[in-house]
Amino acid sequence: MPYFLIFLPLISALVTYFGKFLGNKFSQVFSSFLITVSAVISVIIFYRGLVFNEYDNHIIFEWIRSGEFIANWSINIDPLSSVMLVVVTSVSAIVHIYSIGYMSSDPHKPRFMSYLSLFTFAMLTLVASDNFLQLFFGWEGVGLCSYLLIGFWYKRETANNAAIKAFIVNRIGDFGLAIGIFLIFYFFGTINYNEVFTLIPEFKSETIDFLGVKINLITVICFSLFIGAMGKSAQFLLHTWLPDAMEGPTPVSALIHAATMVTAGVFLVVKCSPIYEYSTQALNFVAVVGMITAIFAASIALVQNDIKKIIAYSTCSQLGYMFFAAGVGAYQVAMFHLFTHAFFKALLFLGAGSVIHAFNDEQDIRNMGGVWKKIPMTCALMLIGTLALTGFPFLSGFYSKDAIIEYAYISGTKVGSYAAFIGIITAFLTSVYSWRLFFKTFFGDYKGKEKIDTIHESPMVMLIPLMALSLGALFSGYIFKDLFIGLSSKFWQDSIFFLNLKDEHTVPLWFLLTTPILVTTAIPVSYFYFIKKPEILVSFKKTNYPLYNFLLNKWYIDELYESLIVRPIKKIGYFFWKKGDVGVIDRFGPDGVSRLIKNLSNKATKFQSGFIYDYAFVMLIGLSLLITYFIIK
Amino acid sequence: MNFPILSSIIFLPLLGALFIMIFKPKNNTGVVYISLFTSIANFFLSLFIWWSFDPLFDGFQFLEEKNWISGFIKFKLGIDGISVLFIVLTAFIAPICIISCVNSIKNRLREFLIAILILETFMIGVFCSLDLVIFYLFFEAGLIPMFLIIGIWGGKRRVYSAYKFFLYTLLGSVLMLVAIIAIYTLTGTTDVTQIYEIKIPIQYQNILWLAFFSSFAVKLPMWPVHTWLPDAHVEAPTAGSVILAAILLKMAGYGFLRFSIGMFPHGSEYFTPLVFTLSLIAILYTSLVALMQDDMKKLIAYSSVAHMGYVTLGIFTFTKQGIEGGMFQMISHGIISAALFLCVGVLYDRMQTRDIRSYGGVVNYLPKFSLIFIIFTLASLGLPGTTGFIGEFLVLVGTFTKNYLAAVLATFGVVLGAAYMLWLAKRVIFGKVTNESVTKLTDVNKSELAILAILALLTIGLGFYPNLILNTVDTSVNSLISNYQNNLASVEVNSR
Repeated sequence: MPYFLIFLPLISALVTYFGKFLGNKFSQVFSSFLITVSAVISVIIFYRGLVFNEYDNHIIFEWIRSGEFIANWSINIDPLSSVMLVVVTSVSAIVHIYSIGYMSSDPHKPRFMSYLSLFTFAMLTLVASDNFLQLFFGWEGVGLCSYLLIGFWYKRETANNAAIKAFIVNRIGDFGLAIGIFLIFYFFGTINYNEVFTLIPEFKSETIDFLGVKINLITVICFSLFIGAMGKSAQFLLHTWLPDAMEGPTPVSALIHAATMVTAGVFLVVKCSPIYEYSTQALNFVAVVGMITAIFAASIALVQNDIKKIIAYSTCSQLGYMFFAAGVGAYQVAMFHLFTHAFFKALLFLGAGSVIHAFNDEQDIRNMGGVWKKIPMTCALMLIGTLALTGFPFLSGFYSKDAIIEYAYISGTKVGSYAAFIGIITAFLTSVYSWRLFFKTFFGDYKGKEKIDTIHESPMVMLIPLMALSLGALFSGYIFKDLFIGLSSKFWQDSIFFLNLKDEHTVPLWFLLTTPILVTTAIPVSYFYFIKKPEILVSFKKTNYPLYNFLLNKWYIDELYESLIVRPIKKIGYFFWKKGDVGVIDRFGPDGVSRLIKNLSNKATKFQSGFIYDYAFVMLIGLSLLITYFIIK
Repeated sequence: MNFPILSSIIFLPLLGALFIMIFKPKNNTGVVYISLFTSIANFFLSLFIWWSFDPLFDGFQFLEEKNWISGFIKFKLGIDGISVLFIVLTAFIAPICIISCVNSIKNRLREFLIAILILETFMIGVFCSLDLVIFYLFFEAGLIPMFLIIGIWGGKRRVYSAYKFFLYTLLGSVLMLVAIIAIYTLTGTTDVTQIYEIKIPIQYQNILWLAFFSSFAVKLPMWPVHTWLPDAHVEAPTAGSVILAAILLKMAGYGFLRFSIGMFPHGSEYFTPLVFTLSLIAILYTSLVALMQDDMKKLIAYSSVAHMGYVTLGIFTFTKQGIEGGMFQMISHGIISAALFLCVGVLYDRMQTRDIRSYGGVVNYLPKFSLIFIIFTLASLGLPGTTGFIGEFLVLVGTFTKNYLAAVLATFGVVLGAAYMLWLAKRVIFGKVTNESVTKLTDVNKSELAILAILALLTIGLGFYPNLILNTVDTSVNSLISNYQNNLASVEVNSR
């Protein structure tokens, strides 16, 4: 059965790509069907694991064997991967079906469906691996599909640039991940997860010497792996590709850049909890990066105007939450937030897609507003998504996000209390920017360019998938909280490792209430400032325009990279070519030698002029020199 | 086995060439069919050799030995797991070149095919020789047909490029010839297996290693003697570029494995830092240069230098993963670079320009071609699931066990590799159509599609099942490493 789970998406990808002649309808229905079957299988696998404890590692065949370096193609089902399988295949199935409606006017439907299925396959190999190399395969595979899908509309210059940017920034992350794998192989002699994890305790005080500095081995490994995670999960400094990735079609943003691929980094850290647990420094680093990203991305989301970019920064920020949860040692909570986030964020993105569809490809929220009566279904679904994201009590985000903040608080470390503090502030900011998005899109006056009559509700094929997701956004928190983060839950078994089980502190009541109260009060506050009295904000904007521009231009990080990295690299490349290869090596190498020989032979030919008096003259000089020599001697 | 199968595979193409020369078929189709038949027969012969080759046997197989100049030079042939793969690769690439040049070579097709067939003989000869003099003859003779291919059928600056190519390679080989004579005077033989046994005195190893190195470094090519390669590629016709990139460069990598490490272990050990430095410069420097190229062939040529940098890096780690990675990288690069040059050839045949700026939006008019081009772009940047990844990754794993810093720097080259290849694909395949003539292009025809599709399937197939190659070289690489280590150890004992 696991074979079907993994290979149905691959079959779907190949058949739809090479079966273009079978028609658009075929490709859409066929791929959606196969992925749905795959999703059903994943639920069965999850259930059987949960109830009958059926976890197993299926080895397909040996991939690489070079001395000790051995990797298998495998399907590893454990509690952690079974959760990921459910998330990936179910969101993927929903997105496949939604795409039938969303891409209805696109001429390249089979190609689109094929890429989506291929992505699903790559993501499944990533999460179902039993070794680091297959993880790397999936890791770069999803990066490839992300590249292909961001650049799906290849005629757009911006889409092409965004696609390349995504691939290259991810490559920088992969660079770290690769170094981590080299380190692991060098010291442990294996890249199989379980073999590595059992060896870790023996190496906990091992140090390595890099450029004369002695560093703890485990810490270095954790740092390297985390660079990979930062790239894939768009954490601070390596986040720049994610907002640009919104150039891709909206279903792609929902599937890849919200629910699944970007969470691979979190998955990696949780999967490697047996390694991270032995390095406090690395964990603190993870937590700090997570915190910075959470608040940084939320601050940018406050002022953006593109509906998809706001949600993209929101994703960035929520991933930050997951990382600092992992950083304070609450891996299961990070996974829980990953799980709930997949539903409500996919809902928000697909809802945004429905809005964009309704407005005939308008993405700027300044040109929207006042249409909630026109598109009530979309509005209601977006409302659910927004409530869930902001952590409104008893929706899914409430359980997972508040749990992160609580766990940070009770972790008892300095980093933990900072994380809790930043978590609360970010929760408030999240609420503000989410409601800003919601109110400006659906309420206030209509500010669209076209007549309001052109606004239309999306077809059912798009709305039904949204409803399915909204069920997840509403109830997934409540239903799964005991299973995933309950104190007595044995669900995770040994797929998540804790070095010291934390003794339970109780959280004071005021602390429990702070976040829900803040996020709820943000609703009327946002309504007041964004809809009722927007002029207050406009004047605030005017008095504080440096701050506003700083946020609007995303902290100027893209500009910084452009002038510090991209342009210098091009200059160096040009210098090496023109001055190095042409100016030095060729000039003094082959060209120099041939010029030298030419000059010498030119001189030599001048001696052979063919005139008798020349030769006679030379003879005379020679003779006189000889005579002189003998006389002096 | 009594049947001289290695001699057959070496001289079969030559026979085909002679047949064409003597019987002079009237029209070109006859010539094409004869040469195609010969090369495909040779390919099946090479597959047969691979099939009957015993990968677990430690030592040379299919040995053939004849006295040539009695008491001095023996005509000795034999192969191990390393050489058998190169023979298959050569025999595989040759028919592809012949098919690809039929449309693009307009004048003197007969002579061109003769040159290719003779070149095939020399190349396979290189991989089979177990005698230094025979090796030298094949190695250098290969220069001549290549020189002619560039010089006669090349582009505008073909004469300059041909001479540059000749000058560089000759310089290195003269030194190698001197070294071979020196080895003969030192050991009294030019038989490689005997030299392995006799062991060259330590005090001569460094200088002899350098002499061989100068020849191989030029051929590979390594920085800073790489500048002939971009020029040669740019001017050479498509088939010439394919052979140059796929096979000729590999002769040097093979030379390092068979001769430098085997005969001069101490020299190899001593000069490892030099090789590492030059390889790293090659990887980073040429990647940056590749980024700025406007000529498609030059870009791919520079990327070849970078990819061959991984090969030398891997070989000189003397680790299992490093050497196998280097081997795999050579085979993989043989396939991928051949395919990329064929792709450029497809565009060049239609547009008569290699300037990247005159393309853009090709995907709108050549969808099949674009898919294939993207596959090879991804393979070239080392995407897992293609051969490019396996070679690079194994090399880096091997390098890491020797030197952290070198591995970190080389891994960074992978980022640059993604940058220049994707940027190339973006400028050629995607984007808006800026040039009118792009809209008039026709997609790949059946024979072009067939060739490229075979290469693509091979790239992906070996990326998922690299053990096909790794198993073949396993025993040979093990014995290479253990011989190398025994040699180093035995002298340490002596010197105490």
